[in-house]
Amino acid sequence: MHSKKEQKKLGREKLQRIIEMCLAIENHTVDPFMLDVDNILAIVKEYFPQWEQAEELNLDAEAIHHLASVIKLQSEWVKHRSTSLYTDPFLLEEKLTQATKEEMLSIFLKAWHPIVELEQLSLHSFAEALRYWETLVPLKDRWPELAVPEVAAGTATRDELVKQRILSDKVFSEELECYWQELKAKVGEKGSDGKMPYWDFIGADTYEETVQRAFLTSFLVTYGYAALEIHPLEEAVFIKPLEKPLSKISAQQLISIPISVTFENWQKWKRGELK
Amino acid sequence: MSKRKGLYASKMKRATHMLFYRRHQKPGVKGWELRRVLGSDYPKVLEILDDYLKSLDLQVKTVFEEGKTPAGKPSLEELDKARFYITLRGELTPKEAKMIGWRIDDLAGLAVAIVYIISKKGQAPRKDVEAMLSEKLPGWKVGLNVERYIRYGYLQQDDKEQLYLDWRTLAEVDEKALTDFLLKSEAQTTLPTEGAEENLDIEEEDSETS
Repeated sequence: MHSKKEQKKLGREKLQRIIEMCLAIENHTVDPFMLDVDNILAIVKEYFPQWEQAEELNLDAEAIHHLASVIKLQSEWVKHRSTSLYTDPFLLEEKLTQATKEEMLSIFLKAWHPIVELEQLSLHSFAEALRYWETLVPLKDRWPELAVPEVAAGTATRDELVKQRILSDKVFSEELECYWQELKAKVGEKGSDGKMPYWDFIGADTYEETVQRAFLTSFLVTYGYAALEIHPLEEAVFIKPLEKPLSKISAQQLISIPISVTFENWQKWKRGELK
Repeated sequence: MSKRKGLYASKMKRATHMLFYRRHQKPGVKGWELRRVLGSDYPKVLEILDDYLKSLDLQVKTVFEEGKTPAGKPSLEELDKARFYITLRGELTPKEAKMIGWRIDDLAGLAVAIVYIISKKGQAPRKDVEAMLSEKLPGWKVGLNVERYIRYGYLQQDDKEQLYLDWRTLAEVDEKALTDFLLKSEAQTTLPTEGAEENLDIEEEDSETS
């Protein structure tokens, strides 16, 4: 004699199996008439009084729902069999397997009445097309070739990049301000007469950093934050921070002073051979 | 010629132009299109045209919506929703079929695919159809052929790779006749007409692929 708990467990398992079977039928993997509906209904009825929990009642409802789908499939099957188009699928498959290609072709040609259609131009559409062609503007007028001037490779300045919005002006100006403050602090510490050797200011531990500092220094000079002092005879270059940046760039500042920041020069500076 | 006869002759010409020349992506003309151009008596015009086409071995074929032919006389509403085509009334010989661009084994493959889908109540997994075709066609050709049948509108495929009969099969193939002929058929090794020539072609094709 099973306990009530075991009975319920058994009932749930049976309902699960019923649902799985119905799903297989709905997915056309099993013949709908494989299911004995009366027997299934008897099982569902048998266990129904035992269901108390919402989950159990849900399972019961789901089983009934799928059972209804199977009955619908059975009904469709009966309807299809009663139509004049019905032929035994197994017999048809068997015939298909046995028939040769030639036989299939011969049968198909008896039942095939291909559509007759014309895709040729009519006189009317031909005249239309000619009219269209006459009014059609030549390609060279519709799509004029773009005159693209040949541009030689060159260099772009920071200003140009800022103007083209590739670089941000604000960030750079802030960076320049910081760099100017650094120059003033270094000159205060290590400089004399308000200036310090150019290489001592731009020189850094790595060559890359040195080049970057030289790049920023060039802007300090160009924008009037600092000035360069060149002693040609001594071959010495000094940088001198200005107390206030020059608001207007004078003609004197527009002179370009090339300073070579090569790897060799950087190494010389590291060895103390360059001032 | 009486005025009435002249009117119908003129309408028949218009109907011929509409039905023979492709107006849309798919061939054929909807009933409501014919009604708009020919008037509400377009079924009568089509009847006269069909009668005239008999001598040319052509016919006006009516395909009702969703392929469901009404049991009795179709209503005007049903005709308006139907699609009309001009099709061959009689049969093509194998040689003629070849001349209009079909290889014989491709056409036999189409027949097998259609019958197989009919036997499965109008729906069959593509892999099952391909398995059936690969019994008689070289494997590399099977997929290509199914694609071709789909492209031509004989079959359609859903996103679950299930194949169904498409609009062209409904318009061109007499499903009932096809299954009846197949069930009545007995094993036959040669074609009824021009058999030797066509058999030779198939053997050559197969030997090329093997």
